[in-house]
Amino acid sequence: MGLDRFVNQAISEWMKGNGPESDIVISSRVRLARNLKNYPFPTLATDSQAISVVEEVRKALDQREMKNISHFELIQLEDMTELQKRVLVEKHLISPNLAQDSRKGAVVLSENESISIMVNEEDHLRIQCLYPGLQIYDAWKMASRIDDIFEAELDYAFDEKRGYLTSCPTNVGTGIRASVMVHLPALVISGQINRIISAITQVGLTVRGIYGEGSEALGNIFQISNQITLGQSEEDIIENLYGVVKQIIDHEKQARSLLLRDSRIQIEDRVGRAYGTLLHAKIIDSKEAMGRLSDVRLGIDLKMIDSISPNIFNELMVLIQPGFLQHYAGEMTPFERDIKRAEIIRRKLTQHSN
Amino acid sequence: MLCENCQQRPATLHFTKIINGQKNEYHLCEQCAKEKGEMFSYDDSGFSFNNLLSGLLNFDPIKNGHQVITSPDQLRCKTCGLTFSQFKKMGKFGCHDCYNYFEPQLEPIFRRIHGNSQHIGKVPHRSGENIKIKREIVQLKEQLQRKILAEEFEEAAKLRDQIKALESKLSERRG
Repeated sequence: MGLDRFVNQAISEWMKGNGPESDIVISSRVRLARNLKNYPFPTLATDSQAISVVEEVRKALDQREMKNISHFELIQLEDMTELQKRVLVEKHLISPNLAQDSRKGAVVLSENESISIMVNEEDHLRIQCLYPGLQIYDAWKMASRIDDIFEAELDYAFDEKRGYLTSCPTNVGTGIRASVMVHLPALVISGQINRIISAITQVGLTVRGIYGEGSEALGNIFQISNQITLGQSEEDIIENLYGVVKQIIDHEKQARSLLLRDSRIQIEDRVGRAYGTLLHAKIIDSKEAMGRLSDVRLGIDLKMIDSISPNIFNELMVLIQPGFLQHYAGEMTPFERDIKRAEIIRRKLTQHSN
Repeated sequence: MLCENCQQRPATLHFTKIINGQKNEYHLCEQCAKEKGEMFSYDDSGFSFNNLLSGLLNFDPIKNGHQVITSPDQLRCKTCGLTFSQFKKMGKFGCHDCYNYFEPQLEPIFRRIHGNSQHIGKVPHRSGENIKIKREIVQLKEQLQRKILAEEFEEAAKLRDQIKALESKLSERRG
């Protein structure tokens, strides 16, 4: 059973490599929503219909072309504990929705976890490719390739006029949701972020916190994604997102160099204090931890701290989430969790400093 | 740690409540928390995306001076049984055929959400072969028009033959 491997490792293998623009872009993700013609959508499907959908997916996975991409593992959600599900949510491999209503759900994971396919979430299939750094085109190409392989075996619900038919009218058409996760501390510190967010929303894109809809932008991390799925081609959608993200990267870089020029001592102070807090705190909640980690990461990017690797930031971001903490350390009260969190951060930072 | 309410299942939810400065810690299992109403769910609370969407779907065209021909709430998908009013409430279709049965009502909804109602993206290879041929014919016809206007008749004739070939391919596939 391969589940343990996916749950135990905090950092997916793909995250260890450095993608393009990785000092600002954490990851790029493309998700395609697809449904099978011969079954009601998951919201209305009976248990036996849902099971048949999982079996059809299992067959589709057996195709040689899939094996050429990676080794895949199909895991039923009902075989997981609540905690295991939560860890997969924190690693962005499944959605909170699937974890919550997982009676009939399953997930297919590639060996390095850059590909995850949710079965019986809101749609029968949600093909997701997640790459480090700014690689949104590559993520789209891979998702589309898997889509083609699946389509050779499965009868998709598709309509000439409306495109890929999805459960929710907000996904119909291309079924694509492309998103890029960016770390924008300098734009937040310099107060430009709100202006930029409102500009982004005017070009058909949307901005969210790191765990999707309704979540806060913890640690100055924002997720920018397309909103419109009908009437635009996939290429246009990706190109638009890529263009906007490129501009945001430039703005963030400018803001960083202005900060260095005009407020170097304040930034050094802020970074130093954050690093000091993380190195010595005994109790820390996740909100504060994310904020300090963001400051330290900025310090690393601005070469103020050279003793730790930027990857530690990505890893700690996942490790200090409640599900992961509990998975490692067992059942805890929030207070115990804050203590454990501080301990893990201290240990990781001292392990990795030269 | 066991749930402090049922003392049977493990407590998976731990939270602190402060009422009038009085601090209390609770340790409950998911089921008891749900029963006691202590659990906030992902989408049921307050102003959610679903509420917003169903608000958009409930938008009544009559008030905006448009004509409404049928009473849309009576519409029912014959495949999965979902009614249009259920669809408006859930904001979700029940199956792919809902798109056919609710078709007349969907145009304004898609326009409101996407600013558009016609798919122009990817087409599946296997089931979409006809659609691809049709799209190609449309493109060739546009080119043909341009060639005729430019009086490049030799080129135009070639295009005409290509269109004919594709059209017969299409009718063969249908036949």
